[in-house]
Order: sequence, then structure tokens, then C-alpha cells
Amino acid sequence: MLKTLINELVEKWPGLWPILAAIAVILAVVPFLGLYMTFIERKLAAYVQDRVGPNRVGPFGLLQAVADGLKIFLKEQIIPDHVYTVLYFLAPTLSLMTAMFALVVMPFGPVPTNYTGGFRFIVAPGIDIGILMMIAISSLSAYGIIVGGWASNNKYSMYGAIRSCAQFISYEIPLGLSIIGVIAVAGSLNIEHIVDAQSKSIWDWNIFWQPLALLIFFTSALAETNRLPFDLPECEQELVGGFHTEYSGIKFVLFFLAEYTHIVTVSFLTALLFFGGWSCPGIPSPSTPEGASLTYMLLGLLVLVLKVSCVVALIMLLRWALPRFRFDQLMGLAWKGLIPLALVNLIGVAIVLSLDLPKHLLFVTAVLPVIAAYYSATQFNESMTKLNSERNVLSKSRAMSYE
Amino acid sequence: MSNKKTKTVKWGEEPKLGMLDALYLPAIVSGLATAVRHAVSGKPTTRQYPEVEPEIPPNYRGVHRLNRDEQGRVKCVACYMCQTACPANCIEIIAAPAPKEDPHWTDRDKYPATFTIDELRCIYCGMCEEACPVDAIELTSVYDLTGLTRKEMIFDKEKLLSVFDETVKTGKDPVRTNRGTLGPASEEAPSGRQGPPPPGRGKHG
Repeated sequence: MLKTLINELVEKWPGLWPILAAIAVILAVVPFLGLYMTFIERKLAAYVQDRVGPNRVGPFGLLQAVADGLKIFLKEQIIPDHVYTVLYFLAPTLSLMTAMFALVVMPFGPVPTNYTGGFRFIVAPGIDIGILMMIAISSLSAYGIIVGGWASNNKYSMYGAIRSCAQFISYEIPLGLSIIGVIAVAGSLNIEHIVDAQSKSIWDWNIFWQPLALLIFFTSALAETNRLPFDLPECEQELVGGFHTEYSGIKFVLFFLAEYTHIVTVSFLTALLFFGGWSCPGIPSPSTPEGASLTYMLLGLLVLVLKVSCVVALIMLLRWALPRFRFDQLMGLAWKGLIPLALVNLIGVAIVLSLDLPKHLLFVTAVLPVIAAYYSATQFNESMTKLNSERNVLSKSRAMSYE
Repeated sequence: MSNKKTKTVKWGEEPKLGMLDALYLPAIVSGLATAVRHAVSGKPTTRQYPEVEPEIPPNYRGVHRLNRDEQGRVKCVACYMCQTACPANCIEIIAAPAPKEDPHWTDRDKYPATFTIDELRCIYCGMCEEACPVDAIELTSVYDLTGLTRKEMIFDKEKLLSVFDETVKTGKDPVRTNRGTLGPASEEAPSGRQGPPPPGRGKHG
């Protein structure tokens, strides 16, 4: 009975098994990755700070992540009296669900554009709204944080949630604007097509003609993941733990996993959109017949994973290189810095595309931040001179009053 | 007077913001370079504690001991000076007349029948050691004192004497003073033979 049902289902829907397999891969790999990213982050942090890091559990401390995971599973569930219970339980699930759901359209290995059947390194191949859906879903993760902060019924959690809300809304805009140029040249929202457009040579990688877009994208993506230097929703010094202050045990882990899943997503997106994804000189595109062989597929997977790990390492190193922004600086950077820059970049892309100029002319946009910096420095210095002269007048009048 | 006042009030001016400062990127790159330089230096300052023990200076104030004299008797003469000096009231002595019939004890009048120190109450200030007129009670460099019950942390005379035997055997804790002469482990002893001076003491303190 069940067998006939499954047979019928597979007959009607031939893509079922490959999709289930891809989902299984994501469900198995992402929590594991999240677990081990905490370990890698601790190790990296230790090395940057001239320490050793976890090295007691297993060889080189490799089992530390497993031990941490086990410990946190066995933790007691503490539910504070003052929380809104339903929302309190909903928030971490919402947070992780949206983070995982965004991975549906993300290729985690080489995917040919001419998809026919069989297993592919993506849950939903050939989705034409790809990147748009990804951004739409991942911005939903703000709900997890806001609901968590609200349900905690605690002023620090609420502050964290409000901050996060403002941050998400502000940085969504430059994030979206920065990738429009990339989408415009590829002529598709489909991530496979965007990567395919970069696969002809290394100079087709989007970083070489959209450096400014990369800068804006990466900065806003960092803000979206709540990582340092943009981790204001959960900064310990001001807000205890931010939105997850009241969460413990497995519920805290869900928030934590969601955060690390975001880092994975952002790193994959950076590699896919700007660094040519799985394309690498010497490896034929998976859309061509010889590129579709298993060897080249695995090689492409390796290339992508390497690029992604470089981005992840950069994100983790940035944490120890930069201090946290002040909240007004954070908002200023988004609204006064990144959004205008992204708009100017977009105009540049539009001009180049509509006049059929070579797209590498757009590398000149790398000069834009310098101009912006010059402008903001002059503005700042002018305002400081004004402030200083005001202070001098004040101090002189004070001195006179002493007499 | 007023002239002096205007001179003392001085506003500091912020340094001018350069273009490169406003660009953030050079600062980020240099910060990243510092992080990477430390990450690849491969010289961690971590001490792997249980395997590698720290070097404790000889004038460290750790667990107490009761010194023995040349004949192996307890040096303490039960004068109650340490018990009086102790700010934490953790020392308790019961004195007894020395057994004069024993030929070993002919030169002594008094000795401690019991000598207990509550190591949990002790604040390790070292005032007992300073008060002792016969250099009998001393603090050693034993720093890792642990126990499972409060009771076993109350050291009696035998335990304190055994601490002396153990620490003298390892050679790490020489007797700090000897009838007014400073030993190598005392805080005022000439440097060079002892470990680094404790913070706040010594010529740099």
C-alpha cells in the first residue's frame, strides 16, 4: 500500500528523491557546520589573541564542539515566569526556520543551468526568483529576534530587539541595491545563471567590475548577520545578552544556530555573487557536457567550499579587528554612506548597460567611496571647527566671569 | 589672577579627520593585518596548567607549615604570638609544659600540645609569620590546596609538620628567616636568588 503510494508519487513527481536528498544534506550539514563553526571561531579567536583555544576534548580539541552540543542538549529548560509563553517558544523556531528556509534556493555546489533531473547541489533548482526569494526570506528572520525580544518581557531584550529591527530595515536597502547591478548584467535572478554569467574567465567575476557593490553587499550582509562590528542587538556590555538574554538550553542553541546559518548563507552568497561561485580557471562549467561529469562536479564543489571558507574566515577575523559601532554611527553608515553609494553604483551600471559599454569600465566605481570619504571628512572637520570656535567663545566668557 | 585662570582653562582640539580615516578601509585592513599577524605568530602565551606548573616565587604566601629544628622537634614555643596577630582568628594553640624528663626537651619550657589552622578561614596575609619570634610558622609556595570537606581543611600539628617535611624535601621552600637573618625566600632578601617580586613590592612597586 505504502509502496504503491510512493511509486505513484515518484512517477508523478520525478524530482522528489533528488529534492529530498538535497534537503537531507542541508538538514544534516547545517547544524553540524554551525556546531563546528563555533569551534573554529573559538580557535581562531584564541590564535588572534595569542592563546591556544579549546584543546582538551579529543585531538586538538576537535570533539569540543560535540561535547558542547551534548551539554547544551542535556541542559535544564528554564522558562522564566514573566515571559509570554507561546511567543517565547515560537521565536527561536521562527529564527532558525527562516534561516534554513533561505538555503532552499542556494546552490551549495555546481548546478548546471540546463537542469534536467537527478541529484543536484540545490534543493530547488531552476527557481527564477532565486536571489529575491533568498533576501525576502532571510529578512523574515528579523521576526524571530523581535518576537524573542518581545516575548522575553525584559527591557534589555526589548532594546536588543528594537535595535535589531532598525538595523535590519536600514541594511536591507543597501543589500538589495548592491546586488541589482549583478542581477542586471546576468539578466536573471536565478543564482545558477548569475554564477554561469561569471564562468567564462576569471575577469568575469563580479568583483572585477563591481568592487563597490561587493563592499556594500559585504558590509550590509555583516549587519544582517548581527556580527561584529554590527552586533548591537546582542552586545553584552550594554544589553546583557540582547534578545536572547532570557533563553537557555536548546532554545538558545536554536538562536545560535540561526546566527551561524546566516553567516553560512552570507558567505555562500558573497562567493556565488561576486567570486564566481564554483567557476575556476581549468574547470569547465557544469552546464557543458564535459563539465557535468562527477569529477568536475566534485572539483567545483571543492572550489566553492574553499571560497566560502575564505569568506567565513574573513568574517571571523573582522570580529577581532574592529570595535563595535555606536548606534547613530551604524545608522549613519547605512543611510548616509551605503545607500547613496549603492544608488550611484546602480546609475553607473544602468549607463554602462544601456550604452553597451564594456562592463569593466565600472571598476571606476571603486573611486566612489574615496570621494565619499573626502566629502564626509571635510564635512566633519568643518563641523568640528565650528564646534571648537563655539567652545572657545564659551571658555572666554567663562574666564571673563571668573574675573 | 584672572590671567592665570585663562591660561589654565584650555580646550583640547580633536585631530583633523583625514580622508583615509573617513574611508575606514585602511584602518580595517591594518586591524586585520594585526589580527592575522598574531594568528600566525604561533607563540601562544597560554600555560597548559596541569601539565606545566607555574613558577611560584619563593616568597609566595601559600599553605602554612610548622618548621622543625635541627633535632626534628617542632620549633614552635607556644607563645601565642601568631594566634594574637592573626586577623582572621584561624590559629588555635593549646600550650603544654615541655616534657623535662625527656633528654631531648631539656632546653625547652613550653611546646604546643595542639596547633590547628583553619586553612579556609585563613586570608594568607603572612602576619603569623611576621609575628613568630622563633621562625616556627611559615607560609609555603604550595598554591593548589584542595579538599572535599571543611573538616579536612583544618590542619593540625602533624599535618603542618608534614607540610614542612614535604616542602623542604622538594627544595622549593627554604626557611625564610633564621634568628633575624633573612633567608633566600624572604621578601626583603637581595633579589636575583628569588623569583620575580610580588606586585606592589620591590623597587618597581
